[in-house]
Amino acid sequence: MESSIAGLAHGFQVALDWHNLIWCFVGVFVGNMVGVLPGMGVLSTISILLPLTFSMQPVAALLMLSGIYYGAQYGGAICSILLNLPCHPPHAVTCLDGYPMTQQGRGGAALGITMMASFFAASVGIIVMIFLSPLLVSIAFKFGPAEICAIMLMGLIAGATMSRGSPIKGIAMTLFGLLCGVVGTDVNSGQARLTFGAIELSDGLDLGALCLGLFGIADFLTSVNRLEVKASDARVKMSDMRPTRAEIRQAFWPMIRGTAVGTLFGAMPGTGPTITTFIAYALERKISKTPERFGKGAIEGVAAPEASSHSKTQVDFIPTMTLGIPGDAVMALLLGALIIKGVQPGPQLISEHPDIFWGLIASFWIGNVLLVVLNIPMIGVWVRMLQVPYRFLFPSAIFFMCIGVFSTHNALFDVMELAVFGIFGAFFLALDFPLSPIVLGFVLGPMLEENFRRAMLISRGDIGVFLQRPIAATFVLLAAALLSFQVVSYLRKPRLASVAEAVSV
Amino acid sequence: MSLFDKHREHLAGLLVGGIGAFAVLEGQSYGIGTLTAMGSGFFPVALGAGMIALGILMAAVPAAPAAHLPGHGPSRLDWRGGLSIAAAVVLFILLANRAGLAPAIFACVFTAALGTRQTTLREAALLALGVTVFGVLLFAYGLKVPFPIIAGVYA
Repeated sequence: MESSIAGLAHGFQVALDWHNLIWCFVGVFVGNMVGVLPGMGVLSTISILLPLTFSMQPVAALLMLSGIYYGAQYGGAICSILLNLPCHPPHAVTCLDGYPMTQQGRGGAALGITMMASFFAASVGIIVMIFLSPLLVSIAFKFGPAEICAIMLMGLIAGATMSRGSPIKGIAMTLFGLLCGVVGTDVNSGQARLTFGAIELSDGLDLGALCLGLFGIADFLTSVNRLEVKASDARVKMSDMRPTRAEIRQAFWPMIRGTAVGTLFGAMPGTGPTITTFIAYALERKISKTPERFGKGAIEGVAAPEASSHSKTQVDFIPTMTLGIPGDAVMALLLGALIIKGVQPGPQLISEHPDIFWGLIASFWIGNVLLVVLNIPMIGVWVRMLQVPYRFLFPSAIFFMCIGVFSTHNALFDVMELAVFGIFGAFFLALDFPLSPIVLGFVLGPMLEENFRRAMLISRGDIGVFLQRPIAATFVLLAAALLSFQVVSYLRKPRLASVAEAVSV
Repeated sequence: MSLFDKHREHLAGLLVGGIGAFAVLEGQSYGIGTLTAMGSGFFPVALGAGMIALGILMAAVPAAPAAHLPGHGPSRLDWRGGLSIAAAVVLFILLANRAGLAPAIFACVFTAALGTRQTTLREAALLALGVTVFGVLLFAYGLKVPFPIIAGVYA
């Protein structure tokens, strides 16, 4: 407890260092700017800007990346509320009530409530992170390779099955991601694996190329000529952003309940952000005395899901930073960026790199304040940016992706990887596969293999070790239960209604 | 319902099973080893086997179409857009070193812009020109990307 507070004080020192502060600001600003563009989700925004951070110090790079993350997240909310266009799936549910509010001329108030809800939820998430992380670390130090393996397995299966869409397809994509992680030189034997004879692949696939291919190129490949973006005629001025007192009162409890939902789900490994926002929305509609108002501009329907997505964002950082096990694709991407910087996330991170850990936490607060400070005066500019037609946007973005991927290693080969993953991704999307499990698998793959190998060495090849150690056994059994539940409910018809259907959108 | 829609699940199973089969074939040549002394092929073969099993499951028991938000059905490939975007990236790879940064940017953006039906040739050319000027200024002068600006003419 006391060490947490001392750590936090140290963190503020790190984050307020003007050098770090500037990068945090740049991250929030650029993230918000790119995130607000139609068709740019959080993942594609982070992947486009990822190469920028490769030459930076680890602390500054991470502060900037997380700034991009919540900047893009807020930008996505603007896009959903004013354009009815879910740039990022978690915001899809915000469209339902946010856009009707825009049509009624209350778009500004919806944005204002979103801002308040996100700030409140993020603050709660940060506090949870401050006190829960050291606790988790003290437990995590007792973990051996078998436990780490079991937790990763659980996280991977949860990530694959608890997002939207078919769980079987999610698992298939997780395996594909793990396979992508195998590409390159085997650290134990020096054997080149799945490199197709290309020397360029001996260091493995490039994380940036993989993500940009899957979330940038593939997305363009499938949404070109299909995405109908009508120019927004919404005019939002600074003064419009202040919600009325009645609106604040209406949104207050939904905001708190949304935060609680997000915090709870953030603590569960693998639950995607989309499902969290859908559950927060469904909960509000269920307990509302006037459920018929939902879908017609109910402010509760904006406050709850936005709060849940922001508290989940913060709480998601806990397992990522303390165990080195990311909860979703965005976290996997941040983790991958840290590993590229030579920082190994895990229980030792807080003691070995206190500046990274506590600096990051302090920067969350600073970043969220910056977000508020930035958005109130800039809202007019963001609204303008919404009017950039998609047909001019994506050709320019493709060039930026090419040069961004190239400049990571100054290798045109990486741009080829970008093209290949783009095409793969487009086929996967057309066949209705979810793509984010691929990133999760790709980042966790090498760690999973290494820990499995170690666990087997220690136990002399006895696979039963996973069931003999209580913590490992718990996670393995949970994973097995989740997996068999999914397979059984897949084979049995009629299928269980997904959350999306329950909300009947 | 098009032929593609009808066989979506079969195709999905085939794709996953095919990737799995490739991983098993390729992986076993690295040596599988035993649990105590795992070979390099152990992990890829295990993953491949899992993918084959899932592929069979998917093809044998097609899933019901997933729920989608209104206006967000399963993605469909658009041939004109798809080909032009793929071509844009390939053109960038081919031209960047040989012809220089400026022609590469222009070709990339111009080709991609023609992927939409609404964009006219003139608009595409103007957009490409704008991005080229901006890109050359930012990447060639600002960030010193190691490409010639126009190969053989202007470095």
